[in-house]
Amino acid sequence: MGSYVLRRVLQMIPVFFGATLLIFLMVYTLPGDPIAAMYGDKAADPATVANLRHKFYLDQPVWKQYLHYMGNVLTLDFGTSFTGRPVSEIMADAFPVTIRLALVAFFFEIVIGLTLGLVSGLKRGSIGDTLVLVLTLVVISIPVFVLGYIAQTVFAINLGWVTATVQDSTDITQLILPGLVLASLSLAYVARLTRTSLGENLRADYIRTATAKGLPRRTIVGRHLLRNSLIPVVTFLGTDLGALMGGAIVTEGIFNIQGVGNILYKAINQKEGPTVVGVVTILVIVYLVASLVVDLLYAVLDPRIRYA
Amino acid sequence: MSSTAVDTGKPARDAPYQGPLLEVRDLHVEFKTRDGLVKAVNGVNYSVSAGETLAVLGESGSGKSVTAQAIMGILDMPPARIPQGEIRYRGQDMLTMDKESRRKIRGQKIAMIFQDALSSLNPVLTVGFQLGEMFRAHHGTSRKEAKAKAIELMDRVRIPAAKERVGDYPHQFSGGMRQRIMIAMALALEPDLIIADEPTTALDVTVQAQVMDLLAELQAEYHMGLILITHDLGVVADVADKIAVMYAGRIVETAPVHDLYARPAHPYTRGLLDSIPRLDQKGQELYAIKGLPPNLLRIPPGCAFNPRCPRAQDICRQEVPKLFQVTGPDGAELTGRQSACFFWKETLDDA
Ligand SMILES: Nc1ncnc2c1ncn2[C@@H]1O[C@H](COP(=O)(O)OP(=O)(O)OP(=O)(O)O)[C@@H](O)[C@H]1O
Ligand code: SF4
Ligand SMILES: [Mg+2]
Repeated sequence: MGSYVLRRVLQMIPVFFGATLLIFLMVYTLPGDPIAAMYGDKAADPATVANLRHKFYLDQPVWKQYLHYMGNVLTLDFGTSFTGRPVSEIMADAFPVTIRLALVAFFFEIVIGLTLGLVSGLKRGSIGDTLVLVLTLVVISIPVFVLGYIAQTVFAINLGWVTATVQDSTDITQLILPGLVLASLSLAYVARLTRTSLGENLRADYIRTATAKGLPRRTIVGRHLLRNSLIPVVTFLGTDLGALMGGAIVTEGIFNIQGVGNILYKAINQKEGPTVVGVVTILVIVYLVASLVVDLLYAVLDPRIRYA
Repeated sequence: MSSTAVDTGKPARDAPYQGPLLEVRDLHVEFKTRDGLVKAVNGVNYSVSAGETLAVLGESGSGKSVTAQAIMGILDMPPARIPQGEIRYRGQDMLTMDKESRRKIRGQKIAMIFQDALSSLNPVLTVGFQLGEMFRAHHGTSRKEAKAKAIELMDRVRIPAAKERVGDYPHQFSGGMRQRIMIAMALALEPDLIIADEPTTALDVTVQAQVMDLLAELQAEYHMGLILITHDLGVVADVADKIAVMYAGRIVETAPVHDLYARPAHPYTRGLLDSIPRLDQKGQELYAIKGLPPNLLRIPPGCAFNPRCPRAQDICRQEVPKLFQVTGPDGAELTGRQSACFFWKETLDDA
């Protein structure tokens, strides 16, 4: 197991550099001049512009810019944004917000998704099962931004239960509605995946054996059925937590949450290279770590999987 | 074979009961499917006493496993339905019992061994846990004690280094060892009856005999009843006391094992026996029963075997033969011999 982890970590290195290089190239070869964009319609003093270009390494060839940037990243220096704020500071503000939102969404994903999946999977063909199938289908087929605006209109504007936008992201109660919206799609997937997995395992031979052993039904379900059925669900949840951490551009936009998705969206709009690359670099790391954790988790849950 | 426990030294728990351990009477099982009603079992009758081995023979799809699952009470209902019949354990009809009493019989009084041990064992639980579970569920044994008992059981079925291997998972064992674990699991609570559904079919030929010997040995030792479902007519001759031959969900012939081999009283049995390769007839073309087993959605009228039967007459296409008592040339009943063929006598005489 130890050598497997080491090998996986080593494999991450080229993936990491490849992914960051790609995003770096994309951002820096975008048409348009970021310095000009900073000034908007105002005419800029050419000398100042040249100065800024030099300061941000924009007067260098792309490969030099990349090497310079990565060199700094390794010392945890993500550079400064064009507004003068260090990128690391911007991220330090945004990531906790996103993490809180992601955890709230993750909580709903697990609790509601699993509950719905269990209800429908254990009582196939029942009214509850049909209801869950219809409900999840609706959620899956409606785009998140539509769902988000509907939720906002109904619960904040019509009912007045919550504020329309998040004022204070450290207040978990304000994150409930955005969290639900953000979780909705994943939650529907979790419910359906759980249902399918339960269905497959219910027909499995080892469940027949467990019944033939004369075990009480709660033991059959709780010990034999769930352990096996939840393996794919847990791995899906692991991958999804990584995705949720990536920020939710749409949800954060609707509820005006100053998280990673939001700053990324703004930075892309303003061709703010350093911020985009910085955020994406962190996200790449988050994804890589999440996928490693999922693989290891898989081995823990299923003894047939052995990593050497 | 009347009493259950007298000659075992086991306490006579349910002393007054004198009949067979298990008696299946006119059992019917059908499955509701998209294509229609699959009539998998259409009036099965058989019985097993303590210490006795009943072999159930028949082509694939003849309803051997479905009957066994009905006895265990592990059919999925729906799609399965039991419209008719009785399954009596020590005289008590299990089909009319409440769920909880039924559950207590499963595993504890009647246990089952399945064909494919790999898929029949839970892949994510250790074998020790799965063995110990029997004691924990039925006797409330503590986890630690259950583990000790699991090791004992593994020793009992001669799994080498049981102590070291009790924490291993099913996939870490060879096929033969896995089937021994299944046997150990069935044996755990010393049931009165074990149903083994093709226990050696999935195994290498070399280990088949070992596993079968072990099963036979343990059965004799614990004086259990055994229902052995198998395709292997060679195995049957060695271990079985009596045989029930199934066709299209019915028992078409029952007989003590040697009588059946020597003189079958049903053309289907005859066909089965003739299709065994024999050393003294080397080089001759192997006999095979012509045609295919019937579609259970549309079982032919009359005797279900008539389209394939070399002896079939008009009556066979019109009337369903009941299970006739087979008699000897002097007219005396041959004990335990029954045949569902109008022409059992002719078939018997031909042999
Ligand atoms: N769940 C089910 N739904 C529909 N039909 C079923 C179901 N289970 C069994 N059957 C049908 O019942 C019939 C008898 O099956 P069974 O498994 O008892 O045969 P078998 O005699 O054990 O054969 P084999 O030697 O292949 O194990 C088969 O034709 C099968 O199609
Ligand atoms: S009853 Fe007729 S068809 Fe059926 S087995 Fe006997 S002879 Fe053949
Ligand atoms: Mg079978």
